[in-house]
Amino acid sequence: MTKLLRMNRRSFLKSSATGAALAGLAPGLLGSTAAAQAALTVGFIYVGPKDDYGYNQAHAEGAAVIKAMPGVTVIEEENVPETVDVQKTMESMINLDGASLIFPTSFGYFDPHMLEMAKKYPDVQFRHCGGMWKEGVHPENTGSYFGYIGQGQYLNGIAAGHATKSKKIGFVAAKPIPQVLQNINSFLLGARSVDPAITCQVIFTGEWSLAVKEAEATNALVDQGADVITCHVDSPKVVVETAAGRGAFVCGYHANQSPLAPEKYLTGAEWAWGNVYSDFVKKAQAGEKLGNFVRGGLKDGFVKMSPLGPAVPEAGRKQFDTTLGEIMAGGFSVFKGGIKDNKGNVVVAEGKSFPEDAIELESMDYLVEGVVGSTS
Amino acid sequence: MTIEANMPTLPPLTGRAGHFRPLLEGLARRTEPVAIALFAVVVGLALFSVFIAAIGKSPLQLFQLMYAGGFGSWFSIQNSLSRAAPLLLTALCVALPARLGLVVIGAEGAVVLGGLAGAAIAVPLIGSAQPLLAWVMMAVAGMVVGGIWIGLAGFLRHYRGVNETIASLLLSYIAIALMNHLIEGPLRDPASLNKPSTAQLPPEFMLGKIPGMDVHWGLVIGVLACIGSWILIERTSFGFAARVAGGNVRAAQIQGLPVGRLVVGLTALAGAFAGLAGTIEVAAVQGSANGALIAGYGYAGILVAFLARHNPLAIIPVAILLGGIDASGGLIQRRMGLPDATVLVLQGTLFVVILFCETLYGRFKAFNPDLWKRSA
Repeated sequence: MTKLLRMNRRSFLKSSATGAALAGLAPGLLGSTAAAQAALTVGFIYVGPKDDYGYNQAHAEGAAVIKAMPGVTVIEEENVPETVDVQKTMESMINLDGASLIFPTSFGYFDPHMLEMAKKYPDVQFRHCGGMWKEGVHPENTGSYFGYIGQGQYLNGIAAGHATKSKKIGFVAAKPIPQVLQNINSFLLGARSVDPAITCQVIFTGEWSLAVKEAEATNALVDQGADVITCHVDSPKVVVETAAGRGAFVCGYHANQSPLAPEKYLTGAEWAWGNVYSDFVKKAQAGEKLGNFVRGGLKDGFVKMSPLGPAVPEAGRKQFDTTLGEIMAGGFSVFKGGIKDNKGNVVVAEGKSFPEDAIELESMDYLVEGVVGSTS
Repeated sequence: MTIEANMPTLPPLTGRAGHFRPLLEGLARRTEPVAIALFAVVVGLALFSVFIAAIGKSPLQLFQLMYAGGFGSWFSIQNSLSRAAPLLLTALCVALPARLGLVVIGAEGAVVLGGLAGAAIAVPLIGSAQPLLAWVMMAVAGMVVGGIWIGLAGFLRHYRGVNETIASLLLSYIAIALMNHLIEGPLRDPASLNKPSTAQLPPEFMLGKIPGMDVHWGLVIGVLACIGSWILIERTSFGFAARVAGGNVRAAQIQGLPVGRLVVGLTALAGAFAGLAGTIEVAAVQGSANGALIAGYGYAGILVAFLARHNPLAIIPVAILLGGIDASGGLIQRRMGLPDATVLVLQGTLFVVILFCETLYGRFKAFNPDLWKRSA
């Protein structure tokens, strides 16, 4: 028994080879002041596989940026369900690896899982992807970061609007929740900025990751005449490959999927988490207080666009670049003046406009005119 | 008869040695399952070592990490126990019908609906009821709904001749769809924008942790359920009747045993345990019913039950062992850079080897009690 324990200890020391990582053995010592030293162990937790060409890969690519920074040890765990498992994973990263900054990247990790652990380990910093942190409600050692990616879907829509011949485009969506609805609406509004006759059929699969249904939905959209497809599911791989296999163009989401369909890929709205994570880590290394509520869009480097593919015509490239320029200049609104939902109700009154950080967009519960589909 | 004829008879023991015969006889009977299970685990681990060595990693380091992550410290033990807790109840959902000769694999659906029923019944009680009353109501609701769900598979089996394996599996798909519909519709807490959930339970309705441990009360409930089920199956006339029906339905019917009531009763009890697992998941971990309930506990329970050879008492150590393997999975990912699927490969290998080793029963003369009987 003692022998086994000793061997464990030795292999443990071996694996955390650097003396710097040894400091991480005593998480209690790693308060905000101690974090000023170079040694920092950062934990990343993903809900799915980290090579999913999607949500999790986008975060893992961000983690890879941190890995290259001096004095940082990155530990990662994939396929962690939103149950007591993720609580134990966080604790294990803190207790066994000495993590002092943890990024639980799935939306469902926040409440109750991350909040429980934050209460239990007040010296560890937790930053969650999703934007749910509220001042005075949630602990100070926790926080949220999220990106406004709707304008990325608007740019996708512009590329789609120029590529479509049938004037029908399609969207494979997971759940009818505000974030997803905003992406669908932005995609169609982008396409309609090219040609107001374009319609977008949406199919909800009901789950974040359900490959069979995603393939069925993509096929159904193509069968109904859609010739550009995009999606909002955790892993767009199935949608991209299925659509391209059927001869449709695709716009990407979460990460760059162009390697999956180099000829058919128009562009894609990608997360640029590397920028966000390196900002957090630089602050932690300098001993500064980490932000509790961090958000940004294309302009702030939270979101980026995949390079335009070969299938986007010249006129499309021009409009894409012009609009991207307007977005980068700041103050751009996708949702402005006189927008009706697809049941005929006015949802954005004449003269009003909602920039990407408008609070009104956070509770979106409608599909705009031109989207074929229903939220319930 | 023929076996006995072929048995070598030991020379008669004389004097005091003769007293050991009954002891040896009992020992032989009891050690056979343990010895075969241990043998299977060792063979499974050996095969898995070959797999790990083949991908260029050290099996020794892997086993050290598995021990460290699963059982090497008090933290790791609690981690394993937390993960084992829901598996105790979902394994019973498979093991109890198995004693009747039924293969029920739909525990997942009962977990999901049990959790939903528990959460739904607690909502109107918020603010007006004592926690104890709320817990009882939640447990009853979860057990009734889970019991109806799996009991339905038993009912269809006995009265309509529908295969219970397929029926229970399909019922669990229906259950998941039903839950998604209800938490996105009638039972949705309007505040749960991007993560559809039922209303959050107040802190006083939460079950909390076992004193002195970082493991919730579900563990105790699960262990008690396993012990209770063992008594029911092995020490009551109901259990005896069930085992007779499981051995030979025709014989049981000729004996006048109420096979229909046994089938429906035992499948309903099995479903009640799975439903209770869901309710505990809500009351001890999640605080509301949402998509996180679909965590695969029901399917993991199948593995546990088969490894425990459907013996309710054996479920306890097997669930803890699998909890430990699960708990160490994270450490293996982080320290050795192996994908999450590594643990699935190990579980799969163990499962196949243990099922294969079922064929070894009765093949070793040393385990035959007759060998040790006092020769006349």
